[in-house]
Amino acid sequence: MNIIALVKYVPNPEGTPQMGPDHRLVREGVEGALDPGDEHVVEAALQLAEQSGGEVTVLSMGPEPALAAIRRALSMGAHKGVLITDQALPGADTLVTARVLAAAIKRGEFDLVIGGVESTDGYTGTLPMAVAEFLAIPNATFARHVEVKDGSIRIERQTEMGYDVVECPLPAVVTVTAGANQPRYPTLKGIMQAKQKPMENLTLGDLGISAEEAKATQEVMGVEPVPAKEAGEILEDPGEAPAKVVELLSKAKVI
Amino acid sequence: MGVWVYAEVADDGKVEPGALENLTKARDLGTEVSAVALGPGATQAAATAGEYGAQTLYASDDSVYTDYIAQPAVHALHELIQQHQPELILFSPTYDSRDVAGRLQARTGATLMSNATDILGPDYAQTQIFGGQQIVDVTLSGPNPKLVIVRPKSFEPQPSGGGPAQVVPVEVEIPDELKKASRVERHEQAAAGPKIEEAKVIIAGGRGLQQPENFKLLEELAGAIGSAAVGASRAVVDAGWVPYAMQIGQTGKTVSPEVYIAVGISGAIQHLVGMKTSKRIIAINKDREAPIFQYADLGIVGDALKVLPEITAAIKAKKGS
Repeated sequence: MNIIALVKYVPNPEGTPQMGPDHRLVREGVEGALDPGDEHVVEAALQLAEQSGGEVTVLSMGPEPALAAIRRALSMGAHKGVLITDQALPGADTLVTARVLAAAIKRGEFDLVIGGVESTDGYTGTLPMAVAEFLAIPNATFARHVEVKDGSIRIERQTEMGYDVVECPLPAVVTVTAGANQPRYPTLKGIMQAKQKPMENLTLGDLGISAEEAKATQEVMGVEPVPAKEAGEILEDPGEAPAKVVELLSKAKVI
Repeated sequence: MGVWVYAEVADDGKVEPGALENLTKARDLGTEVSAVALGPGATQAAATAGEYGAQTLYASDDSVYTDYIAQPAVHALHELIQQHQPELILFSPTYDSRDVAGRLQARTGATLMSNATDILGPDYAQTQIFGGQQIVDVTLSGPNPKLVIVRPKSFEPQPSGGGPAQVVPVEVEIPDELKKASRVERHEQAAAGPKIEEAKVIIAGGRGLQQPENFKLLEELAGAIGSAAVGASRAVVDAGWVPYAMQIGQTGKTVSPEVYIAVGISGAIQHLVGMKTSKRIIAINKDREAPIFQYADLGIVGDALKVLPEITAAIKAKKGS
């Protein structure tokens, strides 16, 4: 089974993101990493590949430093990596990104595409579905559990009040939640092997996509700070807490 | 202009709350406001959709739209768009709507904006980033209709006083090749106490509680207050301490209660977006530097496991007096 894992390189997943004068997230020259949500994507892909004897290709679109995200996935055990980098792509929106990723996926044989529920930096949360539509295949999304059997998948789809079971023939696009698994840590051996694994670098030209087709349909016109909230009262002595809490709840008329 | 609201509807015709918020906003934006509801219960939503401002309700009660994920709904929406050419479609960020919006974007080649917190015109919207510290103005270009997913609680739902929407039946043939991702089972966990979205007081717990068993301290406090619900941060939901239905934040619920009590929650930006519009915020945390304190009306630096029982006792005493 050929599995494609969609991953993203995000700046500062643990720290505070920075915005540049062009109103875009600063991605270059900033310590970045594989999006923490995508570690669950890679883990899910690896588990399914291990069960079915398949291969995992890690696919990402991003600037050159995004190679670090792919490397991380390779060191976890993925088999090969594909990175799409092009000077026409910074600022790309979800439509462009989905078009580009779908074009890259179509170049080879695939059975399953796995993505995250949303990225940690942009959190638009719709990209994998757009990829599915471009590929004209179904999506079984928001999975907290995934199984593959006899050419189809069965997932537990997260819902407001519980979960639905969704079954779907392959090929399909699946997204996994952070609750789906516990991502493995790369072993030293895995990190060493990652450097030897096949790595392909593509541009828009390789995918037959013009710079015009890569033009974003959204533009940030301005950024302004939200007026700061008035500072509240901080109690360093928790002994005063019960009386103060009772006072606040009474004022709010909830007790 | 024509503004549409994609409205999820329960089998009994109850409209998803976000759709009512979006209909309220659509009235300010459009001369023609329509709702689209697909699946069992759709036509029954005409009264509510009309009450909140829809003149027209495009509706189909066919269960094909709920039996299969996204593809049939996208197919029908695309046909409706070609027939009626709306300029803007508003969505809620529910799972089903996100699936539909994402696929529809690829189908129509339109722009799709997520996490909008305000819409100023057919091609001009706002979002907030970094946990709501910055407002970003965004212009939308490309083919109509523009697609916008709106953050919950961005608008206060208000009835317009209008009568029922005129129902226009959606009669679109769904090809078999779009009936693939099939919903075969539904499992719902019944929640005790008031629903998180409706509770006047929410007490939310995070990693600082140390162990899942300590959530009972939150339940005891909720019991003492009365009309209170218990919520959680993503970290403890991911860790499996409590069910997903309790999660508050970017990937969970957005709430705006009278009082929000954050217990052992540091205040990551993904959590803040889900609760920062609460009327009053109390934070209890051991770490004086935790970002949550910047948002708190009352911050308590201390061990939640010690402080919580004392607060619960004080409330009981107050109520008893």
